[in-house]
Amino acid sequence: MIRYLIKRLVLAVLAMVAVSVLTFLLFFAVPTSPAYVMCGKQCTAHDIAQTEQRLGLDQPIVVQYADFMKGIVAGRTYGSGELAVHCDAPCLGFSFRTNEPVTSILARTVPATTSIVVGATVIQLVVGVGLGMVSALRRGTAFDRAAVGTSLVGASMQIYFFGPILLLLLVYQLHVLPTPGYTSPLADPGMWFEQMLLPWLTLGFLNSAIFARLSRAQMLETLAEDFVRTARAKGLSRWRVYARHALRAAITPIVTTAGLYLGAALGGAVITETVFGVNGLGRASVDAVNQLNLPVVMATVLLAAFFIIVMNVVVDMLYSVIDPRVRLG
Amino acid sequence: MTATASSAATSGVADDRPYLEVDDLRVQFKTEDGIVRAVDGISFALPRGRTLGIVGESGSGKSVTSLTVMGLHNAARTRITGSIKLDGREIVGLDDEQVRRMRGRDVAMIFQDPLSALHPYYTIGKQISEAYLVHHPGRKAEARKRAIEMLDRVGIPQPKKRADQYPHEFSGGMRQRAMIAMALVNDPSLLIADEPTTALDVTVQAQILDLLEDLQREFNSAIIMITHDLGVVSQVADEVMVMYGGHAIEFGSVEQVLRSPQHPYAWGLLQSVPSLRGNAEEDLDPIPGSPPSLINLPSGCAFHPRCAYKMVGGGPCDLEVPELLPTADAGHVVACHLPENERRRVYEEEIKLGAAQ
Amino acid sequence: MSDPIVESAGTAVKQPSSDGTPLLSVEGLTKHFPVRQGVFGGKALVRAVDGVDFSVDRGQTLGLVGESGCGKTTTGRMVVKLLESTSGRIMFEGRDITHMNRAQMRPLRHDLQIIFQDPYSSLNPRHTVGKIVAMPLQVNGITPPGGVKKRVQELLETVGLNPEHYNRYPHEFSGGQRQRIGIARALALRPKLIVADEPVSALDVSIQAQVINLLRELQREFDLAFVFIAHDLAVVRHFCQRIGVMYLGKMVEVGDRTQIYEEPAHPYTRALLSAVPDVTKIGTEGRERIRLEGDVPTPLNPPSGCRFRTRCWKAQEKCAEVEPPLLQIGTGQQVACHFPETGPVS
Ligand SMILES: Nc1ncnc2c1ncn2[C@@H]1O[C@H](COP(=O)(O)OP(=O)(O)OP(=O)(O)O)[C@@H](O)[C@H]1O
Ligand SMILES: Nc1ncnc2c1ncn2[C@@H]1O[C@H](COP(=O)(O)OP(=O)(O)O)[C@@H](O)[C@H]1O
Ligand code: SF4
Ligand code: SF4
Ligand SMILES: [Mg+2]
Ligand SMILES: [Mg+2]
Repeated sequence: MIRYLIKRLVLAVLAMVAVSVLTFLLFFAVPTSPAYVMCGKQCTAHDIAQTEQRLGLDQPIVVQYADFMKGIVAGRTYGSGELAVHCDAPCLGFSFRTNEPVTSILARTVPATTSIVVGATVIQLVVGVGLGMVSALRRGTAFDRAAVGTSLVGASMQIYFFGPILLLLLVYQLHVLPTPGYTSPLADPGMWFEQMLLPWLTLGFLNSAIFARLSRAQMLETLAEDFVRTARAKGLSRWRVYARHALRAAITPIVTTAGLYLGAALGGAVITETVFGVNGLGRASVDAVNQLNLPVVMATVLLAAFFIIVMNVVVDMLYSVIDPRVRLG
Repeated sequence: MTATASSAATSGVADDRPYLEVDDLRVQFKTEDGIVRAVDGISFALPRGRTLGIVGESGSGKSVTSLTVMGLHNAARTRITGSIKLDGREIVGLDDEQVRRMRGRDVAMIFQDPLSALHPYYTIGKQISEAYLVHHPGRKAEARKRAIEMLDRVGIPQPKKRADQYPHEFSGGMRQRAMIAMALVNDPSLLIADEPTTALDVTVQAQILDLLEDLQREFNSAIIMITHDLGVVSQVADEVMVMYGGHAIEFGSVEQVLRSPQHPYAWGLLQSVPSLRGNAEEDLDPIPGSPPSLINLPSGCAFHPRCAYKMVGGGPCDLEVPELLPTADAGHVVACHLPENERRRVYEEEIKLGAAQ
Repeated sequence: MSDPIVESAGTAVKQPSSDGTPLLSVEGLTKHFPVRQGVFGGKALVRAVDGVDFSVDRGQTLGLVGESGCGKTTTGRMVVKLLESTSGRIMFEGRDITHMNRAQMRPLRHDLQIIFQDPYSSLNPRHTVGKIVAMPLQVNGITPPGGVKKRVQELLETVGLNPEHYNRYPHEFSGGQRQRIGIARALALRPKLIVADEPVSALDVSIQAQVINLLRELQREFDLAFVFIAHDLAVVRHFCQRIGVMYLGKMVEVGDRTQIYEEPAHPYTRALLSAVPDVTKIGTEGRERIRLEGDVPTPLNPPSGCRFRTRCWKAQEKCAEVEPPLLQIGTGQQVACHFPETGPVS
């Protein structure tokens, strides 16, 4: 188990490094000077050189990468003398466009994204998995048919279609909800909740559809297993057979999917945040791309990769907790 | 029913009243292709301390019969008629909760494939104590003690350590032993074993059969042993029921059914089985064709398309379903239109020599 | 039945069968699978097959029996080269095929075929029966006289299926019929040797007897040799002239039918035979039965000396120290035991 964990973590770290190198190469080794791109059309040659120097772009690429990594660990200072800006560790770069370290942008936007993603995940697990399970247990009934129908619609619907409709209806027509946005739950929990409700419901419903279908299929498969028959033969109550025997076995692939969804949700946040105009990470990265604010783009890509890798490790760990057969890996 | 009377009569146990009485049991499933008559009018009785062997090819209704006794069918898609009495108590039509209470306590079951029949995520010890706890709620410590005791009883070395292992850490034979331990943890009066040794090696099969025999002596339980292996039946059963296409076609003591069978299908089975004796150079004598579909059973005697002795063309075999009727031997009942003396003659003159002796 | 295939197949070097060379002979055949062991452990070896010798003559059947996991399937797969052996030698018609690659094996593929245990998973559900049976012909680019279809229909008839089943799919057939399809496929190239891995184990008794009879008939008609893997000793007795008993990767006894079934010399063979429940023995209670205790030990770490010693009632010190070689004894069979049993079985 420990050996497996260590192995998995080492692999995760290696994957992170690989992603960072790739991202780095992609953004900073492009033929057009990033300094030119960042500086804008009216830049003079002098400005460009200056920017290049501040960013360390005049250094060989290996040194640039080393500086970048060092910045994450120890912080770094861009430029020298009067123009010097300091960026505290962990420094993921400096946004000269907005004149702040990338980390402050992240600090500002990550809570919004996390709120959306976590809230929607709770909904999709409770509603989606619940619906799927009940529908499997009531297979063939009107409830099952209705649930299957609804989830089929949900699963084929897209957020950029469903979102605006709800927005129009609930916010602009009926005025039952405020315009979505992000307020810190520490400052005003009520407002936070109301503003988040629409993104949660939209994203949660759409993902619920997917989870309902997955859980229904899994549960039906498990209910046909021999060990479920054994559990019933012992005289366990219906509820106990479902909860302790069937559910436990059916949940494994659901956990995997949920974990990977959570990891990838940051990527998915782009659309949700754009549709609802929430200032989250997704929106920040779109803005950064539009403004060619490369350090920010790079940081968000890294962060997204980081989450996906972390969730992968978490899923693997959970797997080995759930299924004793994979414990030794 | 004759069979009922017979098994009670031949039983040598003090308590002569049958523990299990099945009368004219019919089980039908609704499927997309039509109605499956999986069990079509079966009757038998079984006292404590005795073993009934049910033999037949796959799809003949053996498992369905046993699952019905356990009350394990999905009520929504299954139609069950007839009567099943456990210790005098009718269980057909009983509500779910009452059947559940008796499951695992009065009647327990072991299955063919012990790996898939055990939950992969729980330790063996947990699974056994759970079976105890359902019927003895709240006695956790006792349940664990009992689980270890049972593991020890079924011959698993180091039961304490083994109780904390998972099914995948057991060998096939040990898994089946664990299943048996689980089934017997509540001292059930009836144990149903559905092909318990089919997935095992002969050496392990021999161990398991011996174990079951031992345990039966100790707990005086009734056993239903379902198998397609006539050798296994001959070794463990007191009475034998031969099934074909959802019907019982022959019933009697193990001697009667295996030593002087009277149904052409039983002859066919005996002749198909290769044996350790007899002339190995000769070809086997298989039953032609294959088992029927239960959705569309042949008319009359379901076996007639494969029967070498059928009387058709105005004859009764393709028109009338033969009834299970008593023979001159008390307790031996057979469902075949051939006259009894003709059946005896054919067996003595044509079959007995051919079948490995 | 005429034999249009053999000429067109162009099998290389025809070995005369009368010179005493066995069709197949195997020496010291070994397969070790490397596996990872334990939490911190390194690589370990599963000694699935560990130095097995046997030979099969033309038109003869060798049965391989033994408990689950003793290496029967692994041996069979090595013989048809579905699995590369770790060491040892496989000679087919006097030629060493042990290290032949795919291209070198191609002409021999005609002669060496395999039938699998599971009649359900061994046939591609999306192909018609015709396509399945024709596959070996097509893969090898053979057009028999009269065309592929005619040949396939002949084959279907040979195995007792209706030639009109040509366009049907596997799911429309019963287990026994599917096994017949598998046999027809194996016969398509008119092989000399077929490795049959538990071909009747998944079948009902009545169907099993039909398939055994079919195999016997085919053997007589085409002078086929078989390596027949099974765990049912009675089935093996009915189909095999010679029998090899395996235990934990070793051949412990090889002999002909009478030797193995009437006067088995290895304690393990006796135990196996004694464990078979026999219909003809009802009522004969109190029959001396040998009961083996426990399970087969793990092939990861087989016992020293004689591998059977942990379960053998005759085991002595010598058995733990010296591995018994496979030697011929008085009754004619070869046995690997320091203290072989004598006399007929009870
Ligand atoms: N790919 C593999 N990797 C590791 N071990 C293997 C592999 N294939 C087979 N083995 C092991 O080799 C041994 C022999 O296996 P094999 O399948 O030949 O047994 P068998 O005699 O055919 O058994 P059965 O009667 O169950 O079919 C077993 O212990 C098996 O677990
Ligand atoms: N739940 C079910 N729904 C429909 N048909 C079933 C069901 N269970 C069993 N059957 C059918 O009933 C017949 C008898 O099955 P079974 O008793 O399992 O046979 P066996 O004698 O091999 O144990 C088979 O044709 C089988 O397909
Ligand atoms: S009733 Fe007729 S067809 Fe059926 S077994 Fe008897 S003789 Fe054969
Ligand atoms: S060598 Fe010894 S242990 Fe092995 S089978 Fe012979 S007597 Fe038994
Ligand atoms: Mg069954
Ligand atoms: Mg095998």
